[in-house]
Amino acid sequence: MPPTPFDSPATVAPGRADLFLGFLRIGLLGFGGVAAWARRVIVEERRWLTEREYAEILGMGQILPGPNVGNSAVMIGRRFHGLPGALLATGGIYLAPLCILIVLSLLYENFGQKPGVVPVMQGIAAGAAGMVIGTALKMAERLKLTVEAVAVLVVAAVAAAWLRISLPLIVVVLAPVSIALSLWRAGLIGGDGAGGTAR
Amino acid sequence: MTLLLQLLWTFSILSLVAIGGANSALPEMHRRLVEMHGWLDDATFSQLYALAQAAPGPNILVASVMGWAIAGPAGMAVATVGMLLPAATLAWIVAGFALRMRGAPWLKPAQGGLVPIAVGLLLAAGVIMAEASTAQAGWPALAIVAVAGAIVWRTDYSPLWVLAGGGVLGLLLL
Repeated sequence: MPPTPFDSPATVAPGRADLFLGFLRIGLLGFGGVAAWARRVIVEERRWLTEREYAEILGMGQILPGPNVGNSAVMIGRRFHGLPGALLATGGIYLAPLCILIVLSLLYENFGQKPGVVPVMQGIAAGAAGMVIGTALKMAERLKLTVEAVAVLVVAAVAAAWLRISLPLIVVVLAPVSIALSLWRAGLIGGDGAGGTAR
Repeated sequence: MTLLLQLLWTFSILSLVAIGGANSALPEMHRRLVEMHGWLDDATFSQLYALAQAAPGPNILVASVMGWAIAGPAGMAVATVGMLLPAATLAWIVAGFALRMRGAPWLKPAQGGLVPIAVGLLLAAGVIMAEASTAQAGWPALAIVAVAGAIVWRTDYSPLWVLAGGGVLGLLLL
């Protein structure tokens, strides 16, 4: 499938109700990896942000404490509608999962260990793992990353998945390096840097 | 009442430790809830974690489930607020800073530097989930992961089909 122009400016600013309903949908659908669903709804379905804008907000959400998608909800809500926007987006993303969790807690006590339920849950969990991996690959492909950005991506993934280094440590070490590389690429530090050669 | 205040305080601290999501706060959560306060035993802690994973929504809501198990509905409310409020406040402040600095020539490249980390950590989360599911359910689970990943990567079908398909295949294969 050929890549289409994802950084085209054809984004739509959501109204307040849209903002709440969009995040409600993300929370409801968000099995396994909410960031994957948030990207699906925000970038592909509703076009509030471009691929790059979403990745930037997710990046800020990652270095802050707290759930990265919750942080993204606050930042995206504020961007479009100030404090009411932040509250609507946050309320939207947590409302449905909380209700479902209450029901699940009650169901689990009664049916959790029944034969038949376990393999289905395991299959869904495997599908969710694939969904998260597929989303990361899709983003990496569409963001048209520079060589050094791909290197940072791989280092972050290997450090977290294989070396099991804690996320705060990865972020504290890798964020300054990656930001410096990005500023260098933009020609803002290190003399000429790469100037306009970034693709 | 003191229990609820203790819960609020405990989860507020956990909120600020959870850089990158609930999983990075999990060891600290275990240390405080199980070892320090003895509010939960080991087995219950693991089961509640699995339960929260099975539900949709941000996995930080594992805090809500634990709050419920410790002190009922009020415990859930207090744990959820404790877990969300400090982090959300910080996100609000940082978003305001980013908005004020909009147009500064260094902001976009600086934010751009965080992009590959965000995508790399997302990839890692997927790999860790895939490992856990293969460890539990063997190689057919790995096949489901691969097919699901390929579909989401290469097509624009809703991932809901992938999850539903995973459930059906799970029933048939696992």
